[in-house]
Amino acid sequence: MTDLTSLTLAEARDGLATKSFTSVELTDAHLKAMEAARVLNAYVLETPEQARTMAQAADAKLAKGEGGWLGGVPLGIKDLFATKDVRTTACSKILGNFVPPYESTVTAQLWRDGAVMLGKLNNDEFAMGSANETSFFGPVINPWRREGSDVNLVPGGSSGGSASAVAAGLCLGATATDTGGSIRQPAAFAGIVGMKPTYGRCSRWGTVAFASSLDQAGPIARTVRDTAILMRSMAGYDPKDSTSVDREVPDYEAAIGKSVKGMKIGVPKEYRIDGMPAEIEKLWMEGAAQLKAAGAELVDVSLPHTKYALPAYYIVAPAEASSNLARYDGVRYGLRVPGRSISDMYENTRAEGFGAEVRRRVMIGTYVLSAGYYDAYYLRAQKVRTLIKRDFEECFAKGIHAILTPATPSAAFGIGEKGGADPIEMYLNDIFTVTVNMAGLPGIAVPAGKDAQGLPLGLQLIGRPFDEETLFSLGETIEQASGRFTPPKWWA
Amino acid sequence: MSVDAATVRRIAHLARIAVTDAEVPHLQGELNAMLAFVEQLQEVNVDGVEPMTSVMPMEMKKRADVVTDGEIVDAVTVNAPESEDHFFLVPKVVE
Repeated sequence: MTDLTSLTLAEARDGLATKSFTSVELTDAHLKAMEAARVLNAYVLETPEQARTMAQAADAKLAKGEGGWLGGVPLGIKDLFATKDVRTTACSKILGNFVPPYESTVTAQLWRDGAVMLGKLNNDEFAMGSANETSFFGPVINPWRREGSDVNLVPGGSSGGSASAVAAGLCLGATATDTGGSIRQPAAFAGIVGMKPTYGRCSRWGTVAFASSLDQAGPIARTVRDTAILMRSMAGYDPKDSTSVDREVPDYEAAIGKSVKGMKIGVPKEYRIDGMPAEIEKLWMEGAAQLKAAGAELVDVSLPHTKYALPAYYIVAPAEASSNLARYDGVRYGLRVPGRSISDMYENTRAEGFGAEVRRRVMIGTYVLSAGYYDAYYLRAQKVRTLIKRDFEECFAKGIHAILTPATPSAAFGIGEKGGADPIEMYLNDIFTVTVNMAGLPGIAVPAGKDAQGLPLGLQLIGRPFDEETLFSLGETIEQASGRFTPPKWWA
Repeated sequence: MSVDAATVRRIAHLARIAVTDAEVPHLQGELNAMLAFVEQLQEVNVDGVEPMTSVMPMEMKKRADVVTDGEIVDAVTVNAPESEDHFFLVPKVVE
């Protein structure tokens, strides 16, 4: 029998439907692969018993022809999604041994459609990071290494566990979240596909909040088709999230293979930044040529406020985080560190419970919202955000269907290599992805090539609101032209 | 704009995060690096620009004003570090 962990999600789904193998066999193969790959630290909690129970239930349904859209497909779940009776920590010490008595909407929809949970995936603490190095459970290792090197690289962040697990064959797909690039940047670093949907497309209910006007859940998987399959389950209106959008969920998979002939693709000059490596520029132009060869029309466009997206993000996101994270007070759940007074108890709990990056962001957020500074920082940043969104709207109004950019300014880097002295160095990782969150648009990262050291590089396609389907069609065109990228297996 | 050591202590207190005196200079450096980075927003002309308040323009749905859940006090208090008879316990706040 072929290695069941090397199948795509679509192949596995078809194999289950034709009874070539069972969900229990498929699930066991993944549990075995997870055990052999613990060095990657992708999972912070393995749930083998629950996985087998769910797989057995899926097999019973499959036998009756009632498997469901994802019947029997084993997935990994980012530890930001609350899973009923299964520890959920957002990879923070402050959530300690939190065991939610409820299930997030996104995961509930995956289980509704028959998917199987393998375990909880590592991420940056509260999704704050771009290298998965801020996790309380320690860094995740990227299955990719530079050619001829055994130096461990980061998988990107914050969905580093999701990216590493998907690339290493430790699940067929994973849930992830994206506040400034946390789906697309790790997908690019791991040579796989990540889709950040339009804001409001997936419910935020039951996902640990970071910055509520930017957070959006989405899938990471090994192919564009696989992400499209997962999206159909994850998306949808939820009365429990007042910002979720009541709009029909299309069959995203039907967009795969659709012709992109005649589509107008914008190439924004502002993404050609100073000091960008020549190989990123080359990758970008090759991607443009691939789309042109498929019949799309490339158009030079301008998004003049691009350079202000990252600084505006580092006001808006910390401000919202400081407010959201006020709930961790040692009273209702999670860690409590005693103090002489209730105020001391709060301060001690939060000092011990939050890691350095989270503390930094909560403090900057507190400052920009404090009396006397609100107008100068927060209000101005929200106005700049309007201008960033307007740039995109004007571009789309000219008939542009999607915008092509690099996904990241570099390939994966070494653990501990960046941001040690200056946090801004790490923040610059999100320079191409953060604009999309600021404007609430959908964006997909698709692997498109390798750098000189043999590491995968990704391209990003940015779409019109709720037009994920065009991104799937264009993304698959690049995938077909570039091929797929699989890391050599050194860990097992 | 930049922050001094006293402001760092004040922000930490507002954020209810205990910081030691030894941590203040380091935090001050980090916060000032971030403030220097966002300083470039001052050069953007935002005259007459409305602040963004909603990512996707839509009317907020209103639900009927009825009780939709409840009677789950066990679930509400199950994760509390300290609780008694379905109450959260905190250090004494009234003398």
